[in-house]
Amino acid sequence: MRVLSIVQWHHFAYMIISLALLGYGASGTFIAVNKRWLEPRFDLAFAASGLLFSIAMIACFVLGQRVPFNALEIVWDPRQLISLSVIYLVFFVPFFFAACCIGLAFTCRKSFVSRIYFFDLLGAGLGAVLIVGLLFARPPQDALIVLAVLALVASITVGVRLPPRKALIAMQILWLGALLFGMPQNLLGMRLSEYKGLSQAMQVVDSEVLTASSSPLGLLTVVESPQVPFRHAPGLSFNTRFVPPEQLAVFTDGDSISAITRFDGDFSALAYLGDVTAALPYQLLSEPHALILGAGGGSDVLLALYNGAARIDAVELNPQMTALVRDTYADFAGHLYQDSRITVHTKEARGFVTQSKDHYDLIHVGLLDSFAASGSGLQALNESYLYTVEAIRDYVQHTAPGGMLAITRWLKLPPRDSLKLVATVIEALRKEGVADPGRQLALIRSWNTSTLLVKNGDFTANEIEVIREFSRSHSFDTAFYPSMPASDANRFNILAQAYLYDGVSALLGNDADDFVARYKFHIAPATDNRPYFFHFLKWSALPEFMSLIRRGGAGLIEWGYLILMATLIQATIAGAVLIVLPLSRVKRSWPHGIGTRMGGYFFLLGLAFLFIEIAFIQKFILFLSHPLYSVAVVLSGFLVFAGVGSAYSGRLTQKARQKERSPVDVAVAGISAIALLYLVLLPFLFQQLIGLTDSIKMLFSVLLIAPLAFCMGMPFPIGLSRLADGAPNFIPWAWGINGFASVISASLATLLAIQFGFTTVVLLALGLYVTAASISRNYIR
Amino acid sequence: MKYFVCVFLLLALTAHADDTDYASARMAMLTEVQNYAKLARDTDDATFNDDVMRALATVERHEFVPESEKPFAYENHPLPIGHGQTISQPYIVALMTELIDAKPDDVVLEIGTGSGYQAAILAKLVNHVYSIEIIEALADQARERLARLGYDNVTTKLSDGYYGWEEHAPFDAIVVTAAPSHIPPPLIQQLKPGGRLVVPVGGRFMTQQLLLIEKTEDDEIITRQIAAVRFVPLTGKH
Repeated sequence: MRVLSIVQWHHFAYMIISLALLGYGASGTFIAVNKRWLEPRFDLAFAASGLLFSIAMIACFVLGQRVPFNALEIVWDPRQLISLSVIYLVFFVPFFFAACCIGLAFTCRKSFVSRIYFFDLLGAGLGAVLIVGLLFARPPQDALIVLAVLALVASITVGVRLPPRKALIAMQILWLGALLFGMPQNLLGMRLSEYKGLSQAMQVVDSEVLTASSSPLGLLTVVESPQVPFRHAPGLSFNTRFVPPEQLAVFTDGDSISAITRFDGDFSALAYLGDVTAALPYQLLSEPHALILGAGGGSDVLLALYNGAARIDAVELNPQMTALVRDTYADFAGHLYQDSRITVHTKEARGFVTQSKDHYDLIHVGLLDSFAASGSGLQALNESYLYTVEAIRDYVQHTAPGGMLAITRWLKLPPRDSLKLVATVIEALRKEGVADPGRQLALIRSWNTSTLLVKNGDFTANEIEVIREFSRSHSFDTAFYPSMPASDANRFNILAQAYLYDGVSALLGNDADDFVARYKFHIAPATDNRPYFFHFLKWSALPEFMSLIRRGGAGLIEWGYLILMATLIQATIAGAVLIVLPLSRVKRSWPHGIGTRMGGYFFLLGLAFLFIEIAFIQKFILFLSHPLYSVAVVLSGFLVFAGVGSAYSGRLTQKARQKERSPVDVAVAGISAIALLYLVLLPFLFQQLIGLTDSIKMLFSVLLIAPLAFCMGMPFPIGLSRLADGAPNFIPWAWGINGFASVISASLATLLAIQFGFTTVVLLALGLYVTAASISRNYIR
Repeated sequence: MKYFVCVFLLLALTAHADDTDYASARMAMLTEVQNYAKLARDTDDATFNDDVMRALATVERHEFVPESEKPFAYENHPLPIGHGQTISQPYIVALMTELIDAKPDDVVLEIGTGSGYQAAILAKLVNHVYSIEIIEALADQARERLARLGYDNVTTKLSDGYYGWEEHAPFDAIVVTAAPSHIPPPLIQQLKPGGRLVVPVGGRFMTQQLLLIEKTEDDEIITRQIAAVRFVPLTGKH
């Protein structure tokens, strides 16, 4: 996931979940079909699979990166879809061999099944947590070597029990040597998409990577370009006479530039910071106490300092980013973070605000994503809990009376982010009991940024005059302020129509819902239940946008979202071909009606399990502050406790039988009760507990997941053990169908969450569980 | 000897066939660009002006793309040219060229030579084009290519475009081929009164809008943002 996030973009991480499941499904089918041949050769097959897993892990990493794939070109070039499929299949190979090892152990060592299951789940659970630690210590490609060595050790452990097989031993030794001593660094280097910001920066003559530091939070690369210096200053006025000083660029995962600006204490060198749209709130507040959310390389901290902030709290999620400004480049940055007016907090922004007891004169949300990433719609799948109705309410509640929230966003045409943000703010203010939100809003824009102010209180006539004058003198356009006449809009950077003024006015009017419904982009407020702020695509508008691609309309579509669709289609085809189709070779002899009923049962279980798992991974991101922590904790929690539930399923079946009830009904009742309770309880619990330390929060998350996962671990083995009694030949089909459903559901759950929200995904999953229970009721008793 | 004559004739015919193919592909591209212009502009009957279309018709786009992309040279879409750069979509090139309202006596500055295609188009319309590139390999290739194809009214250099090209300033028009986080103030200063600066805004493969900066005779700056595509109404029923 890390590697794909770095070389491509974040949304490919979803592909990995689907790939892992495809590997397991396909290996299950492979073993079922070749069971008779494999069973007597277990040790050899296991050792070979382990060795191949180890080799494939490295080989496919190297190969996958060499497939000429450009996500950005997918709009123009259908060949890119083929490349995407090739990448998908290449990365499938290591998962297939890994799953073969586990599947072989289950199939061929039946008497040890519970021990194998225990160690499998223990390993998986530990692995999900340890990889996070490993990624803090080493870059992803080194972590890959460690994993390859572990797989090889598994292969050797079983291999030594074999009668000596020279070829196998030779390969194991050779490969171990290669892993430990002979892996050429350039072979393992990550080949970033040449269209990412870092790749582009490195093309410039004399540009040089100064440092690179990696963690699960991102690969930070600091680049210096002495010949063509970086000058990152979004929203700088055309009227400015000032040029930004020299900057170092910090790229996160090869993109999303954040600048560290040279500062030697001479504020006149920072004069350009008075001429950006983000400087507006400082014209209205005298010596404010400012909270900067997303400090990055410190640009917005400098902005606050230059514009007269008396105290600054800067919040940055990534400790390595903070260290760059505070330590590594402290001299360059003028020892900015040692300034007595500045306090730096290494925390997740939303969590920091929620638990803060302070009230700030200004809360400033920085512009940390790049226009290119924002503009190409590659962020469409990124959940962001910074721009939801609940987040805005948090911010507003933490502003002092008369204080302000300021958010700067890139301006796209036709407007998307800016209007969605305004819609979100209006909803938040209404929920805060503000009768007329329009009295508390002001929005200005340059040619590429918009800055929104949300005041805790009504804007005064004097403040409105300051906003107008600041905008006029910088040739920024006022897009909204209380009682703004239409003639004041669209004067300097002239658009075909006053999109923003018209849009904000409509959003504040009585027909706002109608406006949102008819707008061609999805600008309904983002919420914690649907935190996809960057998702703007409406399916209904897609045909029109597609027809406009060659006429300059490619930028209207979010390609990340469509790539997820492509991944889903690809997963469905691959799942059908690699999992279901080969099963036709397994002899079909089972009682009439079992195929449809139990096929449906296992299919529904496959969908439902992943729906809940994915929805909870997404939900826990808010609580655990980062997707990777959430994936690690939620995944390991589900693995371990579903395993425990699975082990307990036999006893549940006995108990249920005594009471003449279906054990599946009991398990599904448990799942439904707990999941419904969590839907209601989790937002409240998260709010209360978000201030705890990370480790306590992780522990608490596992405890929350445990009872749900425990119940969810039961329906599958209950069904299997019933089949073992009545239709053993259907078991490979049950595995295969379940695996196929899992492969589909990983992408499908995300698509549904974007479209309908997490609550719907969970409710849908419960519906699937209840359906599964009802169609199996007559058979499983 | 006969053998050599046959081979020579065959090669000549093939080359000629290639040229004919490219020429007909170029004509098809022109038709598409012109058709789309009608849909993209402010009024339904607008088309690109004849000079722009003539330039598009005469510049051999296939000479500006890598060998592997030649079969697609006249497709109306951007193509990769290596080094993370692209040759713009012909439709966007036409739109940008028209927006600067180029005149035969004009001196134009281009920031971002890339393949040299935009400079070649401009060279057909104006007196002289000065073009700056920051990627050495591209700068070398473009210089060699433009010289080979006879565009002797184009001068290129490898340099930081942020400060423009002081010795040849002021310019009648400036074309910036990729949007930076802000428009460099020196470029605006090097624009003549009455001059125009145009920038495509968006990712390399997805121009979202065009920024047109006009400097009035009184040195006042007026900017317009033009959506690359026209689609109204924004809140239509669907």
